[in-house]
Amino acid sequence: MIRFEDVSVTYDGAAEPTVRGVDFEVPEGELVLLVGPSGVGKSTILGAVSGLVPHFTGGTLRGRVTVAGRDTRTHKPRELADVVGTVGQDPLSHFVTDTVEDELAYGMESLGLSPTVMRRRVEETLDLLGLASLRDRPLATLSGGQQQRVAIGSVLTPHPRVLVLDEPTSALDPAAAEEVLAVLQRLVHDLGTTVLMAEHRLERVIQYADQVALLPAPGEAPVFGTPAEMMAVSPVYPPVVDLGRLAGWSPLPLTVRNARRQAGPLRDRLAAQAPAAADGETAPQGPPAPDDESRTCGAGGNSIPAEGRAFRRWRPRRSRPTPSTTHLTAEVQALSVRRARVQALRHIDLTVHPGETIALMGRNGAGKSTLLNALVGLVEPSTGTVRVGGAQPHRTVPQDLVRRVGLVPQEPRDLLYADTVAAECRAADTDAHTTPGTCRALVEDLLPGVTDDTHPRDLSEGQRLALALAVVLAARPPLLLLDEPTRGLDYAAKARLVDLLRELAAGGHAIVLATHDVELAAELAHRVILLAEGEVIADGPAADVITASPSFAPQVSKILAPQRWLTVTQVRRALT
Amino acid sequence: MRNAPARPAGGRAAAPKTGGTRPTPTSAPAPAQVHRPAPLHPGAWWLWALSLGTAATRTTNPLLLALLITTSAYVVATCRRTTPWSHSYAAFVKLALAVLLVRLLFAITLGSPIPGTHVLVTLPELPLPDWAQGIRLGGRVTAESLVFALYDGLKLATLLICVGAANALANPHRLLKSLPGALYELGVAVVVALTFAPHLIADVQRLRSARRLRGRPDSGIRGLLQVGLPVLEGALERSVALAAAMDARGYGRTAEVPPRVRRTTTALTLGGLLGVCAGTYGLLTAEGGTYGIPVLLAGLAAALAGLRLGGRRTPRTRYRPDRWDVRSFLVAGSGAAVAVAMFLAGASDPAALHPGVVPLVAPTLPLLPAAAVLLGLLPAFLAPTSKEPSS
Repeated sequence: MIRFEDVSVTYDGAAEPTVRGVDFEVPEGELVLLVGPSGVGKSTILGAVSGLVPHFTGGTLRGRVTVAGRDTRTHKPRELADVVGTVGQDPLSHFVTDTVEDELAYGMESLGLSPTVMRRRVEETLDLLGLASLRDRPLATLSGGQQQRVAIGSVLTPHPRVLVLDEPTSALDPAAAEEVLAVLQRLVHDLGTTVLMAEHRLERVIQYADQVALLPAPGEAPVFGTPAEMMAVSPVYPPVVDLGRLAGWSPLPLTVRNARRQAGPLRDRLAAQAPAAADGETAPQGPPAPDDESRTCGAGGNSIPAEGRAFRRWRPRRSRPTPSTTHLTAEVQALSVRRARVQALRHIDLTVHPGETIALMGRNGAGKSTLLNALVGLVEPSTGTVRVGGAQPHRTVPQDLVRRVGLVPQEPRDLLYADTVAAECRAADTDAHTTPGTCRALVEDLLPGVTDDTHPRDLSEGQRLALALAVVLAARPPLLLLDEPTRGLDYAAKARLVDLLRELAAGGHAIVLATHDVELAAELAHRVILLAEGEVIADGPAADVITASPSFAPQVSKILAPQRWLTVTQVRRALT
Repeated sequence: MRNAPARPAGGRAAAPKTGGTRPTPTSAPAPAQVHRPAPLHPGAWWLWALSLGTAATRTTNPLLLALLITTSAYVVATCRRTTPWSHSYAAFVKLALAVLLVRLLFAITLGSPIPGTHVLVTLPELPLPDWAQGIRLGGRVTAESLVFALYDGLKLATLLICVGAANALANPHRLLKSLPGALYELGVAVVVALTFAPHLIADVQRLRSARRLRGRPDSGIRGLLQVGLPVLEGALERSVALAAAMDARGYGRTAEVPPRVRRTTTALTLGGLLGVCAGTYGLLTAEGGTYGIPVLLAGLAAALAGLRLGGRRTPRTRYRPDRWDVRSFLVAGSGAAVAVAMFLAGASDPAALHPGVVPLVAPTLPLLPAAAVLLGLLPAFLAPTSKEPSS
């Protein structure tokens, strides 16, 4: 269906080709996953299928790409629109019209289908993707998962034979991601659509793939094979594969189900180790005493997460013996936030201790970002109080606030203004009133090998995050907030981030991160707080909260249940 | 502008945020279609509203103008659907009020040529040099000049409110999409450009809060200037991404047409436009009165034919095009009737439509024109929206 014949792509001004020696064929009706670390040219290969590379991006494409028999060299993207549907990472930048129904029809209008056919296909697609109740809604009011479904629907209506997706689930919470993937699987199974997809979060998608094309390193030729073969040699792999490699399982399991079947002996070996030890391992530096108290009561309240209400009643009593809030990094009491007639947060109580790492989880739009913004003073509380280091963030002048709390926003690029890394660092030192060179030293730590004159835009996603982190850390804020830090990061970049945040927590920084990435939360968090519709529905030690809910449980805990292991790192330490 | 499904708003509130609440597919292919009336053609609403506006320009009678405003407000209240742009009516009403106030303010400070005898107050007059004769700052403020300004401002305000009604009742985007095929892609481009402004504002807000995170003051003119470049950068990147998406979805696909047709199209369009120019010139100059109108009409016809022929190059079709049905005809017709009636009344009894200012008399409501204005209420009975319980 898609045929690459010795393709290499060189962008204008680049010395080396971005991808070379691409030579494989995607058979009709298969779901093929494109796998590899960041910056190996996955998006370039995807763009070559729809003809956007090189017609739109510029550059030189050598070799030949044919889609359904059409050569992309002679066919422009618009002439391939009836056979290829493309969905990118950000659905909002894909929308042309303003309501769901019009958006679904747009592609068909361009192709000149007859009105009766269009009408039928729009209705079919609304049903297929579960969008019927949203048909008249303006696109901007939909949640992330709904928008991604509309984006997929909008390229499905012309009945393309090939679907190309670039990280379709990276911005979605676990449940919404499953929703989107279920739709893709249905398309492959029922309609025989050929799907080519790139995704960093392999734990979500690897079980759906028929074939995997692996790009091991920049400039290397891709390898093509079955998922199990490729995972055995891939530099990026999900936790289930990591565990399988560790335990020496063969064949290598790709799904939790297969792994459980082989996990009996491993569970027996691990049974000797107390699960409590696992808890201690995640938090080697035990946060101070009040937190231990919260651990015990959290464990009681959270064996069933729905009992969050009962748990909340505990909190005032817990804070009773420690009325002095000086040693708390941050304290939130009865916080409610209303914005534009939407109740974003309802009656939130939260205390953050030095050295503690808290993961905020919950579906898109549950209020995670609003809570972070309230902590950093971007959002004014409607009722209740927020105190960070004894000050009210929204009443504190920014110059003062940076030394109390720092936030790395979802899009780290927003924080960066300057043309070069060096200028950015100088500005950060001036802003934070620290000794010149502080930020540059941090960058050296986080990003070894980045030269002074690099433009922040030329950094990879992970490097840019590290630079933004260094800028924020220059002021040494005791409270560090991160909004969705692993979006777009590959496993290696994520591992570096985890090490770094662990060090910071050990150094006494309190860290609050909002994330959809359950593996990250399992790896890092001492405490997990689940939000739904602006309310806390569960709050307790990470191990208790995330193992209690199937959609938030990490793969390792699903495989080794009922034992409470969360990450491969823990298992590895226990075995050695 | 097809909104307000007849299903209860509960369905909207329970919109699936996660996979668990996905609505079960309904068996009927178009479930919502059975209950809700098809929306009217946006053109019908614009014609109706502009006709009311035209009627407003023919009179300065405050009672008639108030009646026109009430009529349009009633129709908007009953017929508008819950959409983002339906809130623009309130904005237009505010704008109209502002215009009225500015007009009154000018009448007070700059004086007016209306000779009046009822002096309300005398402001200190600013002496102006000789060359500024005819301009006056301050001085006497008479009741007559105020009333005249009020009538005049009210006329303009009514016109604005009528345009606001059209905006609230019909999605301007959909009106653009009713353009002929050859101009359709231009229409899409305009729509995309229109949605750009809200994105830009959101960008500015995001980047200003990012400045706060860096520990810099987030207010003031300097703060705004410094985010300018990143905002433009972001806007540019978004446009490029959107252009790529539109290209990949078939925007700008063209069909092969024989060269003969292409040449004819060019000739017709160019010739037609030339004809329109020449005709307009003829109409406006004194001596061209004879050939003006025929040349203008011929040019218009040629240009339209050229557009229609040019449409063959785009293979594009319309999804659920708005139909011009009987109701649309009636709505547009009711507006036109109001305008025509007002013209006729203006011809037969101009005094009733322009109540005297000097000497001051209380305006009376002329019965026939007032009855005609009430015709404009027809859409309220033709196309009422079934009100959803507000969510």
